[in-house]
Amino acid sequence: MSAVDTTPRQPAATTTRRRRAALMGRAPQDTPAGVGTYLLLATTMLFAAFPLYWMFVIATSDDEALAQLPPAVVPGDRFLVNLEEVFSLQDVYFAASLINSVIVSTVVTVSMLFFCSLAGFAFAKLRFAGSRWLMLFVVLTLTVPNQLGVVALYIVMGRLGWNGTLLAVIVPGLVTAFGVFYMRQFILNTVPDELIESARMDGATTMRVYRSIVLPAIRPALAVLGLLTFVATWNDFQWPLITLGGTEYPTSMVAISDLASGNYVIYRRVLAGAFVATIPLLIMLFIGGRQIVRGIMEGAVKS
Amino acid sequence: MSTTRAAPTPSGRHTTNGRNGHGDDMARGRSSWPDRLYRFDTRYMPYVLIAPFFLIFLVFGLFPLVFNGVIALRNYRLDDPTLTGWAGLANFRQLFGDEDFWNALYNTFGIFLLSSVPQLLLALIVASLLNRRLRAQTWWRVGVLLPYVTPIVASTMVFSVFFSRDFGMANWVLGLFGIGDREPINWRADKMHAWIAIATMVNWKWIGYNALLYLAAMQSIPRDVYEAAAVDGAGPWRQLWRITVPMIQPVIVFTVILSTIGGFQLFIEPMLFDLNAQAATGGPNGEWQTIAQLIYKVGWKDLNLGYAAAMSWALFLIILVVAGINTLLTNRLSGGRSR
Repeated sequence: MSAVDTTPRQPAATTTRRRRAALMGRAPQDTPAGVGTYLLLATTMLFAAFPLYWMFVIATSDDEALAQLPPAVVPGDRFLVNLEEVFSLQDVYFAASLINSVIVSTVVTVSMLFFCSLAGFAFAKLRFAGSRWLMLFVVLTLTVPNQLGVVALYIVMGRLGWNGTLLAVIVPGLVTAFGVFYMRQFILNTVPDELIESARMDGATTMRVYRSIVLPAIRPALAVLGLLTFVATWNDFQWPLITLGGTEYPTSMVAISDLASGNYVIYRRVLAGAFVATIPLLIMLFIGGRQIVRGIMEGAVKS
Repeated sequence: MSTTRAAPTPSGRHTTNGRNGHGDDMARGRSSWPDRLYRFDTRYMPYVLIAPFFLIFLVFGLFPLVFNGVIALRNYRLDDPTLTGWAGLANFRQLFGDEDFWNALYNTFGIFLLSSVPQLLLALIVASLLNRRLRAQTWWRVGVLLPYVTPIVASTMVFSVFFSRDFGMANWVLGLFGIGDREPINWRADKMHAWIAIATMVNWKWIGYNALLYLAAMQSIPRDVYEAAAVDGAGPWRQLWRITVPMIQPVIVFTVILSTIGGFQLFIEPMLFDLNAQAATGGPNGEWQTIAQLIYKVGWKDLNLGYAAAMSWALFLIILVVAGINTLLTNRLSGGRSR
């Protein structure tokens, strides 16, 4: 603070000086944000939100809005018209695709929460031979990008007769290394050993301990993992395209890509479909944004 | 990394605790049902709980990865089931002479550079903006995640319209600054423009996510570090580069690895940026075809799964090498920064 110059100067320089002096020695997170910070953040928000907003503008407009300069920025009133066209397209199966996406994402999410929390519980609190090595194995598998085995996965699914069915996109995602690892970390840190031991003394079985001690304690982690899993599953494209593409059972992402193929793409339709398929995620972000933020930030600290 | 408990003793030997001291009776005679259940519960239940993960992972994760290596050494065509048998290294040999592969590698690398570097730099700046005492703090953080939850399929379609030649928003904005006045930029005509367009989509998607990763790390920097730096007289900008960045270096390395793995598997954006998406060629002359896209094309359009598998292995090795190099580079840049 000693470096502050006391001689009067023009106002602008003084304020920056004063602000700089205020910042010195103080951690940024203790420093109140200035107008500049808010302005820059607002600009960031604008960039983040504009493509979504504009998706809605085109989704509600007619073809002319797309061939307009300066570009249209006000939503039209044709959303339902466009949507009806999307739903009535023969080879796209858009309505079915939305249902498929709901089924796939829900089943995967529920199963992830169940199996990952069980396995995480076992690794965090139960003693069994080889648990260290098995956990190390889980951590190592975190690093393998499984997209690389996609060719072989397709052949495996072919042998099982699952290609072109929802099973092909559901089963590989039922439980993942990341989920197990995340749950283990959370249970390790939040569920006290004494509580489990005293329940054991009273003769509680492993599943009983899971149900009445672990499960209530890990609700926040379940919310985080559930939201992240749902979003990721809903948005998945490459594998669903490979196994479901061209069938009557697309997910909504595959259906949108079908909308966008062909010689003449009608963007108001494509973006109307895209917007509908984005709505569930926007709702999730609105309701569970806090949890999603926390999940991402926790992941960073623990990785 | 693991628990603080003693090394796992062979379990089940000491199950005698409290009033459940049935374990020792076991050897003497026939055990009763509750005994057996109890033994099963303590000894085998943990394995039952972790079994689903290992089952799913072995069948649908590990096995395909290994099996992929086998397929790469075989003839495996979807359109010609009679053509089977070992191909030896023929698929890999073909790879080295394949212009498409080198072109795709070049594109992937170019798009990766254009997307990862600005992405992480901007994420740092956004994170340092968020790392102030803010009103409605949560809402700013949730706000930067809008792109993260948006399906890439959906956002790519929007950007695809942004970057259209005649009535695209991108050209219109650039036109305001006098760029491309005479002739509007055709974003799908040459590599550089297509790369920029695709990199823009990638940047848009991941800046907020990375910013939150950085923010988490920034908030765990001890406060006295900043106090000590006060003597230095560093302003916010210098504070960011001289204190914050070196302190969060491990997370920066982590994001570099993440974006390398993600960037080299880039698929959706280049696929759907193409006006003729189903062909998976990434532009009329492969201007922006990435490796992941080429693998898809070779496997499911040309129906040559053996060759696609070989390509996947090549991609895996490339990712390993690039991630390694990037880690080293980042370590040097973010640690020994002298600005």
